[in-house]
Amino acid sequence: MRGIVSWGAYLPYRRLDRSHITAFLGQGGGRGTRTVASYDEDTTTMGVEAARLALTATDATPELVVFGTVAPAYADKTNATSVHAALRLPDAVPALDLGASVRSVVGGLRLALAGGATSLVVSADLRTGLAGSADEAAGGDAAAALVVGEGEGVVAEHLGGASVTEEFLDRWRQPGEVRSKVWDDKFSELTYVGLGRQAFKEALAATGLAPGDVTTVAVAAPTARIGKALAGKLGVEKVAGDLTDTVGATGAAQPGLLLASMLEDAEPGQVLALVVLADGAEVLLFRTTPALASFTPARPVAAQLAAGAPLTYNRFLSWRGMIQLEPPRRPEPARPSGTAAARNVEWKFGFVGSRDTTDGMVFLPPSRVSIDGERTDDMEPAPMADVQGTIATFTVDRMAYSPSPPIIFAVVDFDGGGRLPIELTDTDLEEVEIGGRVEMTFRKLFTADGIHNYFWKGKLIRG
Amino acid sequence: MASHGIRDRVAIVGMGCTNFVENWGKSLDDLLIDAANEAYASAGVTKDDVDAYWFGTAQSGMSGITLARPLHLHNKPVTRVENYCATGSEALRQAAYAVASGAYDLAMVVGGEKVKDTGFQGLNAFPIPNDGTARTLTAAAMFSMIVPAYGHKYGVDDDTMRSVLTHIARKNHFNGARNTRAQFRKEISAEQVEKAPKMAGTLGVFDCAGVADGAAAAIVCRAEDAHRYTDTPVYVKALSFVAGDGSGLIDPSYDYTTFPEIAACAVDAYAQAGVKDARAEVAMAEVHDCFTPTELVLMEDLQFSERGTAWRDVLDGVFDLDGELPVNPDGGLKSFGHPTGASGLRMMFEAFLQLRGEAPAERAISSLVEGRQLALTHNLGGYPGEMVSFISLLGASKD
Repeated sequence: MRGIVSWGAYLPYRRLDRSHITAFLGQGGGRGTRTVASYDEDTTTMGVEAARLALTATDATPELVVFGTVAPAYADKTNATSVHAALRLPDAVPALDLGASVRSVVGGLRLALAGGATSLVVSADLRTGLAGSADEAAGGDAAAALVVGEGEGVVAEHLGGASVTEEFLDRWRQPGEVRSKVWDDKFSELTYVGLGRQAFKEALAATGLAPGDVTTVAVAAPTARIGKALAGKLGVEKVAGDLTDTVGATGAAQPGLLLASMLEDAEPGQVLALVVLADGAEVLLFRTTPALASFTPARPVAAQLAAGAPLTYNRFLSWRGMIQLEPPRRPEPARPSGTAAARNVEWKFGFVGSRDTTDGMVFLPPSRVSIDGERTDDMEPAPMADVQGTIATFTVDRMAYSPSPPIIFAVVDFDGGGRLPIELTDTDLEEVEIGGRVEMTFRKLFTADGIHNYFWKGKLIRG
Repeated sequence: MASHGIRDRVAIVGMGCTNFVENWGKSLDDLLIDAANEAYASAGVTKDDVDAYWFGTAQSGMSGITLARPLHLHNKPVTRVENYCATGSEALRQAAYAVASGAYDLAMVVGGEKVKDTGFQGLNAFPIPNDGTARTLTAAAMFSMIVPAYGHKYGVDDDTMRSVLTHIARKNHFNGARNTRAQFRKEISAEQVEKAPKMAGTLGVFDCAGVADGAAAAIVCRAEDAHRYTDTPVYVKALSFVAGDGSGLIDPSYDYTTFPEIAACAVDAYAQAGVKDARAEVAMAEVHDCFTPTELVLMEDLQFSERGTAWRDVLDGVFDLDGELPVNPDGGLKSFGHPTGASGLRMMFEAFLQLRGEAPAERAISSLVEGRQLALTHNLGGYPGEMVSFISLLGASKD
């Protein structure tokens, strides 16, 4: 039996109320909210967060990592290696990027399900468009990670599916462009509904199921309208919510996000269908297993939906580079050293300090010499990414360079030892207090000379 | 193993100090030449009389040549010194040890910094290649973390903390208003301090030192030779330096209400000078008031106040110009700005003037009395948790 072993979905903390777009611009916008990746997040960092959640919920160890996004942080350089490093996976585990399209992500999932390795399929997307555009309002930012494997841990057995490939102009963008263009919404809708119905029919035939055997279907589509148009024609009683009212259409992250959400609402013994419309149609059918009953997602989609905080539209525009704000008159940071980063990859990407094996003191960053200066190399690795901490003191820096000033900064004492003065993110100043609790999140500090400076920040644990 | 010090073995016999201002019209060379010439004149010596030079600059130039070239020093040993914001003090420490050792008879220290040619606000350090994980906060933000920590530990409410910091800012600007060499020469009101734009944490513009260009210089010799140059030498009683190991940044036992490097440095300095009770024996102190909460904590680390009580002493006026122990009678970093390589020497320049009775009447201290004859200078570099500390004790007479 092969199928889904674990999942983790990640929704960024900030939410843009679409009505604020209309109020600001006099055009665009709409009802509901969309998720917004913070200025210090990109598809790689969101992918890391989703993957951390997926791996927290299972004992399975990935033997392969694939990462897919329409908005890769790097071209030429592999992005999956950053995810791999942040997860501290062994170097013998291959980490590969999929192509920069929504279709490549569901293709990656298909290949993982067809293969033999325990696979971590990570997807993330950062969706935007020009100010006032439909994509800007309707899009959403998210990441999803699925662990695919075999055996008793499988919570949703892969039954099979079908694929239809079609070359036509729905949406497109050249690499490096911030927005996609769309040929004709009606043309896309009619084409996708036809492709989806064909693939769904073939998937049922391939698995010997009837539409009535499917408990729930989820449709990941370029727009909510296209998804709804198809979902109503599939003959399945229950259609999973597409999250577009609250999260938005999340592109490459959407297949994984909808599957995660559907699994979180499912009972053992149900048949779930995931339909993905992207330059064709993909249908994947799963049957949930008894193991689902004992599976606890690390951070359910519903909980993350409830936890967001509002973001103003003008701040959204500056985060997306649509408006440039006057920066503090301070030098911009220099690019990080590639060789220093390579030496310190366990620290920089994995947030691994050192623990003195004699007196137990934790060093962040790792130290070779004990605090009393007496002993050298009497240390063991101290992985701290999943350790929480408490704020000892804090400040806000209104002058230091930041892509989104001001910087909120706290001295964090970690449970079980270790201290690090570190930037807080996804945090408003009025929330910060001495004694506040903090967890770590993988972020991009800044980009200099085209180098994304990834490291960890703290964020408040709320509620 | 011991820190013996060189009490009464070295004397400062001449000093110079430029105005500290945003000196758009003067280069580093100009500042160094002006400070050096004033010091030569002060000691009554010529360039050729000086055997060796120590030159302090944090990042305005490299090597001793940065001083030797503008002064046209011929075949002299010139050493460039850098030790964060304590650079100027450190340069003097090296020169003093050189004459104390007997290696040279007369040594000169010049410290200078040309800060205002960058076009940026504040002091900005050279980027040294690194893995990108080091924090990149301003000094204001790092020192602002003292405020909530101190208030929390000693039960001082936010309004009272604000009044304490405001008192420190107003005191130093009051003093600076009486100093023609200072960058800022106006008294300021509590309202001005408290309504100023916020920079970091609760610190506003007037809680922060200014930024200025400047240079200062000193000439030192062995104490027994001092009267060949001046009737009023100032004797070195102690020179102490501690470079922290950064443990405050990684050790949860550090609570941001003290600077352990400075407390240790003070113990060493007082031992070198034979000081038993700093509050009673020190007549004035020039301290590193880079930010108002820094000065507050320094009063405790320098043993002027018991732990948790400096805020009360500040409010009681103990450190005011007419107080029991005037602190920063020249106006401090608050009034002078902080040209890194020069600040430590600027502090000594004020001690030099006050101990020799040469400070203008409007800011002359009245605390130099029987049993209270020492001036202290304190210069730090770095941040809470990771700093260097320098302390000197100086006196107008040998014991």
